[in-house]
Amino acid sequence: MAGLTIDRVSKRFGDYEALSNVSINVADGEFLAVLGPSGCGKTTLLRMVAGFEKVTDGRIIIGGETMSTPERNLPPEKRRVGIVFQNYALWPHMTVAENVGYSLKVAKVSRAERDRRVAEALSLVNLTGYGDRRPANLSGGQRQRVALARCLVSAPSLVLFDEPLANLDVHLRAAMEDEFADFHKRTGTTIVYITHDQAEAMALADRIAVMDEGRLAQLAPPRELYREPANEMVASFISQGIILPADVLTAAEAGHCRVRVLGHEVLVRCRPDESPRAAAKLCCRSPELEAVGPSEDGIPVAIKRVVYQGGRARVELSPVERPDLNLHLEQADPVTLVAGVEARVRIRTGWLIPEARNAP
Amino acid sequence: MAGSIGGVRNSSDLVIPASIKRGFPSEWVLTGLVVAIVVILSILPMLRLVQEIIAPGGRLSIAAVEAGLSNPATWTATWHSLVVGFGGTALAVLFGTAVPILISLTDVRGRSAFVLCFVTPLMIAPQVTALAWLQLFGPASPLLKLLGIAPPLGSRNPLYSAQGIILLLGVQYGPLVFLMVRAGLRKLPRELVEAGLAGGASRWTVLRTIVLPLMTPSIIGASALVFVSCVGNFGIPAFLGIPANYLVLPTLIYQRLAGAGPSALAEVAFLSVLIGVIAMVGIVAQDIISRRRDYRIATTSLPVEPFELGRYRVLVEAIMWLIICAILVLPMLGLFLTSLVPGYGIPLSFKTVTLSNYSFVLFDHAAAKSAFFNSSVLSVAAAVFAVLVAVPLGYFIAWRTSWWSKVLNLTVELPYALPGVVLAIAALLMFLKPIPLIDLRIYNTVWIILYAYLARFMVLALRPTVSGFHQIDRSLEEAAQVAGAGFVMRLRTIIFPMVAPVAVAGGLLIFMTAFSELTVSALLWASGSETIGVVIFSFEQGGDSSYAAAISTMTVALTLLLMLASNFLARHLPNGVLPWRD
Repeated sequence: MAGLTIDRVSKRFGDYEALSNVSINVADGEFLAVLGPSGCGKTTLLRMVAGFEKVTDGRIIIGGETMSTPERNLPPEKRRVGIVFQNYALWPHMTVAENVGYSLKVAKVSRAERDRRVAEALSLVNLTGYGDRRPANLSGGQRQRVALARCLVSAPSLVLFDEPLANLDVHLRAAMEDEFADFHKRTGTTIVYITHDQAEAMALADRIAVMDEGRLAQLAPPRELYREPANEMVASFISQGIILPADVLTAAEAGHCRVRVLGHEVLVRCRPDESPRAAAKLCCRSPELEAVGPSEDGIPVAIKRVVYQGGRARVELSPVERPDLNLHLEQADPVTLVAGVEARVRIRTGWLIPEARNAP
Repeated sequence: MAGSIGGVRNSSDLVIPASIKRGFPSEWVLTGLVVAIVVILSILPMLRLVQEIIAPGGRLSIAAVEAGLSNPATWTATWHSLVVGFGGTALAVLFGTAVPILISLTDVRGRSAFVLCFVTPLMIAPQVTALAWLQLFGPASPLLKLLGIAPPLGSRNPLYSAQGIILLLGVQYGPLVFLMVRAGLRKLPRELVEAGLAGGASRWTVLRTIVLPLMTPSIIGASALVFVSCVGNFGIPAFLGIPANYLVLPTLIYQRLAGAGPSALAEVAFLSVLIGVIAMVGIVAQDIISRRRDYRIATTSLPVEPFELGRYRVLVEAIMWLIICAILVLPMLGLFLTSLVPGYGIPLSFKTVTLSNYSFVLFDHAAAKSAFFNSSVLSVAAAVFAVLVAVPLGYFIAWRTSWWSKVLNLTVELPYALPGVVLAIAALLMFLKPIPLIDLRIYNTVWIILYAYLARFMVLALRPTVSGFHQIDRSLEEAAQVAGAGFVMRLRTIIFPMVAPVAVAGGLLIFMTAFSELTVSALLWASGSETIGVVIFSFEQGGDSSYAAAISTMTVALTLLLMLASNFLARHLPNGVLPWRD
């Protein structure tokens, strides 16, 4: 078992900076998800941790041992990390058992011991009896489980998952998610899990690193990421946060301050060091908005679209005075809002996005 | 901003341990070995050749270049080479693309037998093909005489022409395209075709817009290989062109050397550099075209469901077997019948039929006997060696793309791009004197022929191996790497088994090509190191067509037997190892 330290790592391909100055410290036994839209550099990060790519700057330390520096790059086969690949990467010319037992064979583990551990690994992923099959004859979920068994058979100290569920159907994803969570609980292995699916990241990870254009946008536990996004990118990326312009009226007091948003004063959550400022940004989640009656005090809005989602509806709307802003909220049955009409909406609370600062 | 969020520990406790070791030593040893082999097989003979044209005897002189450029024969032969090169390639690509698509994507019956027959001409040496077709159409043709439609003795054989050369080149190399396109079709996941059909495209549209574009790397790769083969072919233009005085560069070189001996070495060296340039242009063009788009197929899936031809099936099958008759059965029949007649122009009947030609070459002729042994050992050794080198070499070329891997690729192409005559001359120049330092003399032994075969045929194993690498997802190797496997281990357990089908297919091509090879051995043989090609050529030159036909028939029969016998081994091999087997 081992922690992972990514220390001010940058990666340039020619003129293109794929990663810039990323630092992440993953504790021993932690489950870290790396989340971001495609092209944000998350796969490059994983390949550098695995040793397939060299770092341009910074260093990578696994279990206290420096693996990558710009000058030296310990090859992947010496790192003792496991990877579960997106496309499974099972060797077509080997049986399931040979695939799983490969790393043991490489390590010259005796035949009997190897068979025992392969059988054990296969039973852990519920594939007992599949040892003689060929990967080509397995379903997608079974292939993924073989890949998982192959990875855990050598008990690596650090396991990297490269979008392992991207190729599976939704039903199977939930089952595999459970399996991954179970795997983590049972083995206590440090896991770095690359994904573009936030629900997956939220469900599995202790902490999530949100990446954006090669930079680390925020590193926090799922709840904090949702409730207290550090910047606009994270606020809007996570659960489609609503970003609204606001003026801060009072200094922070007990974690709250008063802001004026769309002409209304609201008490919102904030960092303890906030002080009055103009042109701030407020992040609201849809449960923090509520439709109010026409006589009550609220922001006049135009309803643009109502999508019924079973028991509740997602309502998309814009303030009448600011049609360029897009808001959405959820209304439980009975759904009373309809597209094309005007209504009133109240902002109950929100999170004041901290002022953008230059990197120290 | 980013720096503070992660909460990285104070950097003073992160000391670089001494355990980061220097790279992978076994990988460097192997790389060095592969590069050394390429240098010895490809670069040294090329350098020796260039030295011969710019500095014969050690002194700089452009006399040979000037003489070559000012000679109108040079330009005529160059033009002829381009004509038969493009003509033969076009015909081969047309044949070699249409046929695999037809048999891979439709429900025609008798597929295995057809594939076996269609690929056979490739396994037959060009000079044997030429001999067979000449025997079929010539005025002395026993077959035409049997049918009573032979032209009168002394009339001109219609194959003595540029069209004849193009036709035979197309027949000879069509299967080469076939093999590569068929290998590509095997890997075509059926979802790609079904997605097109589901999108409302007709079968033809799917073929035109999905199947053919995905086959482009195979087709382009095959085209380049066929073009290089056509331009460098010696056997066919020698048998068909020389009598019509239609000289291409390789036959011009051969004639010059045969006429003037070693004094013409500088001149033919210039001509060979010229043909090398033509071939290189073809290869570079192939490289540029295939790099324009990404055709890699990452998914593994079931093969495409065959398209039902319905009532056209019988018609298509009939056409397929007529093609086999025309390109294989009739010429081989002509060859076989010639081997049964006692002498030139004698009609075949129950009274004249004889096996004496066979008994003579098998029992009475010492050179013919040793030739069978020499050719077998030479071709097996060349094939095995080439496959073992092609896998690591292909790995560097396909997966470690850097400037030197491209140089390696071009370097290995060179000896095959040059006509065999030229490589033979380069080998002669290199080994006329004993090898310095170790004082080993391989001139006039079978070893010089082996050297030339290795240099010349390496690319036949390398090309399919490289395209095989291009179609394998590299994460398969990376998975082995994170499992702790070092380079040599990965090469042995992951990389080699995965590219084995294509590499071994390449090795088989080498065996078949080298077995009755003529061009190189004609210039390098000595008493005791005769090859089958040399013996056939000597008989034909001496007017003993029947002896030549007898040996050729046995060569063809042995080749067919080997193909059939290897089919029995096929179930122990992964799919696709034997290209002609379905």
